[in-house]
Amino acid sequence: MAEYLVENGSSVRPERPLEPESLLEPESLLEPQGRLERLRWALRSWQLSAAMWTRAAMAYRTSFVLMLGANIMITSLDFVVVILMFQHTDRLGGWTLPELGLLYGTSAFALGMADLLVGSVDALGERIRAGTLDVMLIRPAPALSQVCAERFTLRRLGRPAQATVVLLWSVSALRVDWSWDKVLLLAALLVSGTVIFGALFVGGATLQFWWGEAKELQNSFTYGGATLLHYPPTVFAKELVAGVTFGVPLAFVNWLPLLHILGKPDPLGLPAAFQFASPLAAALSVLVAALAWRAGLRAYRGAGN
Amino acid sequence: MALIELEDVARTFTIRAKVGRLRRERREVRAVDGLSFTVEAGECVGYIGPNGAGKSTTIKMLTGILVPSAGRLRVAGVDPARERTRLARRIGVVFGQRTTLWWDLPLRDSYDLARRIYRIPDARYRANLDRCVELLELGPLLDTPVRQLSLGQRMRGDLAAALLHDPQVLYLDEPTIGLDVVSKVRVREFLREINTVAGTTVLLTTHDLTDIEQLCGRVMVIDHGRMVYDGGLDGLHATGRSERTLVVDLAGPSAPIEVPGARVVKVDGARQWLAFPAEDSAAPIVAAVAAGYPLLDLSVREPAIEDVIARMYAKVPIG
Repeated sequence: MAEYLVENGSSVRPERPLEPESLLEPESLLEPQGRLERLRWALRSWQLSAAMWTRAAMAYRTSFVLMLGANIMITSLDFVVVILMFQHTDRLGGWTLPELGLLYGTSAFALGMADLLVGSVDALGERIRAGTLDVMLIRPAPALSQVCAERFTLRRLGRPAQATVVLLWSVSALRVDWSWDKVLLLAALLVSGTVIFGALFVGGATLQFWWGEAKELQNSFTYGGATLLHYPPTVFAKELVAGVTFGVPLAFVNWLPLLHILGKPDPLGLPAAFQFASPLAAALSVLVAALAWRAGLRAYRGAGN
Repeated sequence: MALIELEDVARTFTIRAKVGRLRRERREVRAVDGLSFTVEAGECVGYIGPNGAGKSTTIKMLTGILVPSAGRLRVAGVDPARERTRLARRIGVVFGQRTTLWWDLPLRDSYDLARRIYRIPDARYRANLDRCVELLELGPLLDTPVRQLSLGQRMRGDLAAALLHDPQVLYLDEPTIGLDVVSKVRVREFLREINTVAGTTVLLTTHDLTDIEQLCGRVMVIDHGRMVYDGGLDGLHATGRSERTLVVDLAGPSAPIEVPGARVVKVDGARQWLAFPAEDSAAPIVAAVAAGYPLLDLSVREPAIEDVIARMYAKVPIG
């Protein structure tokens, strides 16, 4: 009976008038099928939502420019502190200023990118209280994509931008033989670090499903963790270093891979394989964060109690 | 065909209250307690009840936000709890108190996002948008940022946003709250149009009973998580044991009038109010008053639906 409209060659939906039964078949093509397609749809939903927020922010152009500038200035202060410290010493825990620049640059870049991409998830508690999470749950898009993209703003590019400047400076100031394995490892640690911080944002925010004030705890792992990673592992107690290796996997963001790049001994004396394991740690973090999110959403919706 | 089916649906919440300094007590609250009803395709149903009766909990279960603790629930052929996003394509939701539109962007942009999120084919999108723009007179507003719209304009914008993907069911949660009289009339006209012409099934919650009187052929009253009435509007009066009021103006202040079949509910100087059962005739009471008292003027007031429902809420035993 129906005429069919073909969209993108894949989505087919009959014209009106229609019986609900006749909707079933064609509509199933609208719904993303399979793991891969669902993941693509999740990313696409994030992108659609983030694009809207970017345009919304452009309604206040002057404010955007001012906030971006302020963001770069404030986050730069972190490294100014390190520079000031080196006015009185030329080594910190056995590491030089350009080496600390590399630590700072990688950590701040990873945190900044994660904050840009998924950082908004930490306002989950407010969304629950204001009821806007419910509005997200009635759209045919994953709630996590929508929460992460909520209030997406390019002004958060300030931190990764200034981190990149410090990173470039330290790479040029260091006397490192940049063999291909080290270049690859640097690229891999920047991506893995972003993913690990992203997983910490999401996993930490998930606690807000049960405990409204969990935001502070999560911030201590993300922003606090990034500050920890500005300094070499040699200045901290071994228990702490072990904790961020085997517990919260912060050490995989930059400490462990940089040991290989800079040719430094591991204060914990772990096998060299740990220095290349950042992608694996990132994958594990994502898995744990995803499971936590699913459990949290289930609890919120009241399934299985 | 039944579009909405509920069978013995219940939803409990666990509330933790502090008892003393350290102890916390867990308490189970039944927000919805054994609710069963069906709504056929094309119906327009009013869903009412006092605050905290379980209305929004029901709506949240019907939209797939909340999972029921017990019972069976199906909307448009889908189990909302298990297939939330599939259901999302078949329903439209309008919350009167919060907008789904993008505050800082022109109205048009919100619709364009809906087109992409719901993957609405272009031709269908254009046809639906044109229809909504025409019926809701949104033409001049499409390029206005939502924050500059009045409440009534924004509600019209929200209604259009909920209908672009041709939902089979439209849920409205207090769609006329805070609107002026003109906007209310417009919203109701539009809802009647999409219900009767487009055949969209409508379920609306409201505190404004005029919405229900003008739109809904059927009303469901819920209190303490249970259905206390389900049927036509006229049936409400019979079930609610409603009363009519006789207002009498006497020549001067007097003691409360005593006539059979009616009782005085209020006295204000020379004016007195007498209540009597709605199904009784007013004539013998008027005659009795005229015979025994210096009557100057009188009028009969029909029972207000608000009072009928208020009495119905009061009748339900608490606990």
